[in-house]
Amino acid sequence: MAHVTTGSSGWRWRQPSVIPGFGMTFGFTLVYFSLIVLIPLAALVVRSAGLGLDGFLRYASDARVIGALRVSFVTALIAASVNVVFGTLIAWVLVRYRFPGRRLFDAIVDLPFALPTAVAGIALTAIYAPNGSIGALLAPLGIRVAYTPLGIVVAMIFIGLPFVVRTVQPILDEVNKEVEEAAATLGANRFQIVWRVILPGLTPAILTGFALAFARAVGEYGSIIFIAGNIPFVSEIAPLLIVIRLEEFNYVGAAVIGTLMLGIAFMMLLVINLIQAWSRKRFGYGQ
Amino acid sequence: MANRYPSATSESRPVQWLLIAICLAFMALFLVLPLYAVFSEALRQGLGAFFSSLQSPDAQSAIRLTLTVAVIAVPLNVVFGICAAWAIAKYEFKGKALLITLIDLPFSISPVIAGLVYVLLFGAGSFLGPWLKSYGIEVLFAVPGIVLATIFVTFPFVARELIPLMQDQGTGDEEAALSLGASGWQTFMRVTLPNIRWGLLYGVLLCNARAMGEFGAVAVVSGKIRGQTTTMPLQVEMLYNEYNATAAFALASLLALLALVTLVLKSLLEWRFSDELAATNGGH
Repeated sequence: MAHVTTGSSGWRWRQPSVIPGFGMTFGFTLVYFSLIVLIPLAALVVRSAGLGLDGFLRYASDARVIGALRVSFVTALIAASVNVVFGTLIAWVLVRYRFPGRRLFDAIVDLPFALPTAVAGIALTAIYAPNGSIGALLAPLGIRVAYTPLGIVVAMIFIGLPFVVRTVQPILDEVNKEVEEAAATLGANRFQIVWRVILPGLTPAILTGFALAFARAVGEYGSIIFIAGNIPFVSEIAPLLIVIRLEEFNYVGAAVIGTLMLGIAFMMLLVINLIQAWSRKRFGYGQ
Repeated sequence: MANRYPSATSESRPVQWLLIAICLAFMALFLVLPLYAVFSEALRQGLGAFFSSLQSPDAQSAIRLTLTVAVIAVPLNVVFGICAAWAIAKYEFKGKALLITLIDLPFSISPVIAGLVYVLLFGAGSFLGPWLKSYGIEVLFAVPGIVLATIFVTFPFVARELIPLMQDQGTGDEEAALSLGASGWQTFMRVTLPNIRWGLLYGVLLCNARAMGEFGAVAVVSGKIRGQTTTMPLQVEMLYNEYNATAAFALASLLALLALVTLVLKSLLEWRFSDELAATNGGH
């Protein structure tokens, strides 16, 4: 057997290891991933690609498709922005302050991950409908939440909140108190320390949280359809339009919207990875 | 006595209490109130109506189907998660970072698209659907389709918990066991598995909660045949759209209870075994 010195020439795909089972586990991983994820996603892209560029654009430029994408984007943008503000604040309060019930609220942050989306959807609708507990309070003010785009934003805030909190929280946990003390000895007041010393270090985490919350909101379906009202061009989201197209047996139309949204999802994934790479370079943390 | 000098590394007490109050109000409004609404709506017409709606044949079959789907989907994703984590954490190979990113892919994709891809793969006009049908196998608008869509959306849960955990633990323990003469399987069962058990449980918990609660992906592939292909979340939707709100919320309250149990167990694991779990940061 040839003697191999480490770091010598010769490209190898895998480092040698005494631990058995690589072939089996790696093989199963690839096969299972291909069967469940890769081949089905390929089927979607192939179906769209079969249209050719002209055909694809004809379906994609349908006014209702553009309207639904616009509703999804605008509402997700607003919801993710709200989540960034309150998610960062909640992370701050949970990490920095001690108060009774802190652990309980820390646990409740994950509720949107655990609560099935359809359950969240009907619950939010019951609350914000004109005869609901909050809807009835807002109705005299002329504010309608349920069955309007505002309802979509409310549902998106619900499902997106933990993404921001759980991304910012661990980073905030590791912020070095000595940096704050150093800033204080140099004459900074508390506001300046938070704004100019702590927040810049949190920026990548906040941006990542924003991107995650936004991506989730754009793709969300279950919690939104009950509260949205689903009026085309006003409160009809893109995932719902896919479902409608499928119910009309317009598979090609559904595939085109699906491909557009898949493209958006890949772009968001790329953006998140770029933020992480930049963060590792600039601030020394990532992932 | 109150501090006469403002602290440089923390806010004054009034500011702290103001910020805490804002956060708690926001969380009460957006998180606690919906949860409370589920149970109060479910019990609006009393316990009798609550229990009788849960005992209807449709509700019973929805509960059975949801359990069946979870019993198939979760173990498959556990096997996958362990294999993927073993291959990724115990070896060095090129393209590892890409593989980790790809495993997370289903989390970035809309659940509706998860359903859509299986409709395109097995539906009318596809190659596979009619071929399987000629052998009497129905995938779409049947249980296999629901299982596949559920596996897709819950795909990363176990793997993404185990990969960082096993990467942290390295290969030292396994190498020691192997050098003492243990077989590969013995090494896994007696050394690796005890090391990762709490992380594995954590992943299974989240995977199961999502598998039982998935709506969008399953709604697309199920066909919603009453009593046959309606899972609990789909039955909730059907009842709700039929203006049977009490029955819808009764069934929804079971799912909310599942969510609460999941949260409690998850929090217990995080408090008790935080050092035996992967760094639990980032979204799920």
